[in-house]
Amino acid sequence: MRQEIRIAGFGGQGVVLAGYVLGKALALYAGREAVMTQSHGPEARGGASSADLVVSEGPIAYPFVQQPDILVALSQEAYTKFRPSAKPEALILIDQDLVKSQEGDHVYVIPATQLAEDLGRRIVANVVMLGYFTAVTGLVDPGSMIKALETSVKAKTLPLNMSAFHTGLEYQVDLENKVAMGRTS
Amino acid sequence: MMDDLRVLTGKHFMNGDEACAEGALAAGCTFFGGYPITPSTEIAEHLARRLPEVDSVFIQMEDELGSMAAILGASAAGARSMTATSGPGLSLMMENLGLAVMLEIPCVVVDVQRGSPSTGLPTMPGQSDVMQARWGSHGDYEIVAYSPWSAQEMFDLTILAFNIADRYRTPVLILGDEVVGHMIERVVIPPKEQIDHWGRKRPKEPDNGRYEPFKVEDADLVPPMVHAGEGYRVHFTGLTHDERGYPDMSAKTHHQLVTRLVNKIRNNADQIIRTEGYYLDDAQILVVAYGCTARSAQRAVREARQKGIQVGLLRLISLWPFPEALFQELAEKVDTIIVAEMNLGQMSREIQRVTGRPVRGVFHAGGEMIPPESILEAIREAAA
Repeated sequence: MRQEIRIAGFGGQGVVLAGYVLGKALALYAGREAVMTQSHGPEARGGASSADLVVSEGPIAYPFVQQPDILVALSQEAYTKFRPSAKPEALILIDQDLVKSQEGDHVYVIPATQLAEDLGRRIVANVVMLGYFTAVTGLVDPGSMIKALETSVKAKTLPLNMSAFHTGLEYQVDLENKVAMGRTS
Repeated sequence: MMDDLRVLTGKHFMNGDEACAEGALAAGCTFFGGYPITPSTEIAEHLARRLPEVDSVFIQMEDELGSMAAILGASAAGARSMTATSGPGLSLMMENLGLAVMLEIPCVVVDVQRGSPSTGLPTMPGQSDVMQARWGSHGDYEIVAYSPWSAQEMFDLTILAFNIADRYRTPVLILGDEVVGHMIERVVIPPKEQIDHWGRKRPKEPDNGRYEPFKVEDADLVPPMVHAGEGYRVHFTGLTHDERGYPDMSAKTHHQLVTRLVNKIRNNADQIIRTEGYYLDDAQILVVAYGCTARSAQRAVREARQKGIQVGLLRLISLWPFPEALFQELAEKVDTIIVAEMNLGQMSREIQRVTGRPVRGVFHAGGEMIPPESILEAIREAAA
């Protein structure tokens, strides 16, 4: 089964690293196939950027995301820009303090940036979101994600990143419109 | 320790440009001279960091003319050398690429293609350097070019490119594209002992103590190569030269030399060409594609097969030399030939020429990958 995931935010929020860690966890440790592509706005910082992942059990021919099954939005601009291209029934994860979703969306919300600030660095909001993504979707096991994190971030930032990941992973999943993962197939 | 750093055995999640750079390292490349240009920049960036770790040389040159000249000099001194660029830079390398052909200096030139002509679309893909790769330099010559379709092949074909370059004393091009260069995928790097290293044909100690650096003794038409500084007298000139390497501007010598340079590749084409077929056995419709476009073609062909259409895919892994015999054979068997490429019909023209058959094109000038749907539509039309 081919699944398409888009992680989007403004430049500087670490959406590319988030996509990379998730893709690496899937492709190297979870026994799946994964291809990552990215798109940026023309700006060096700010502007909506995204990391796109195609995930499958078997080889992936066409590498680009066409209609995401899962959309992660860390900024309002990214949500507004990318929501229309996602499947109507797509699973959507947002930072509740930064994004207001439209009615009818199947949304999982987490105050990722606030939680990251509580940990001392708002820069790890992306990794808080990755932990939450892992808990919500069940697409990848936490062990594979942790291995991917360990091999992708600088050693001195690893403790903070691990705290961020666990904060997201353990955040209560019971929010607005809870749907089973099966809906996205 | 140094060897451990040179071949990063294991599974990686990296983009095609980085995989190409790691392929160069694993192949034993010790010299990179280049001028960064999108979308090939990550190759230079990666090698700028990695080559010094393994006691090797990275030079950012003043431009692409200098880059090409630098890698020829390094190779003539015995190094496995490489540069990386994109279409506009390849244009600037063309004069010295011809020099590499004439001097029979092995080297690897990577072109990560973008939307062209001119500055075009720097950050977006294209496949329109196919004919520039073939004919861009002046004079009669044959060239070798490979077209990877994945990050893994950016690694694998870079190693093959170094081996073919050494084996036939010729420049070898890798014609990647922005999609394959920037896409991040799993790349498996094998243990060092499983990486092919063919090496160069070296001169035997001559009886009379003299060595003629362009004298051919073998049926493959490849003269042994001696490196500057090894004690032999070496003379390289872009002028038409005799077996000693000295200028000999006669029509006879010129015809002999250029004919040998061309036949050196033509006669060995079977050893150089790489292709891959999918569902070809009973195919009535043949789809031909290469590079990233072959990924869309593969999906289109798979979907068409599920609908019962007898269609197959030939993926060109090498573009040059062109697999003429294979196409003549396939043309006998199929009713329709479809060529998908991110240009307005470069390889399709070659296929028409060789098969004497009309070709249905799925063309796009570049900027985005041709989606599977466009190719599937062409297959459906052909099957209707």
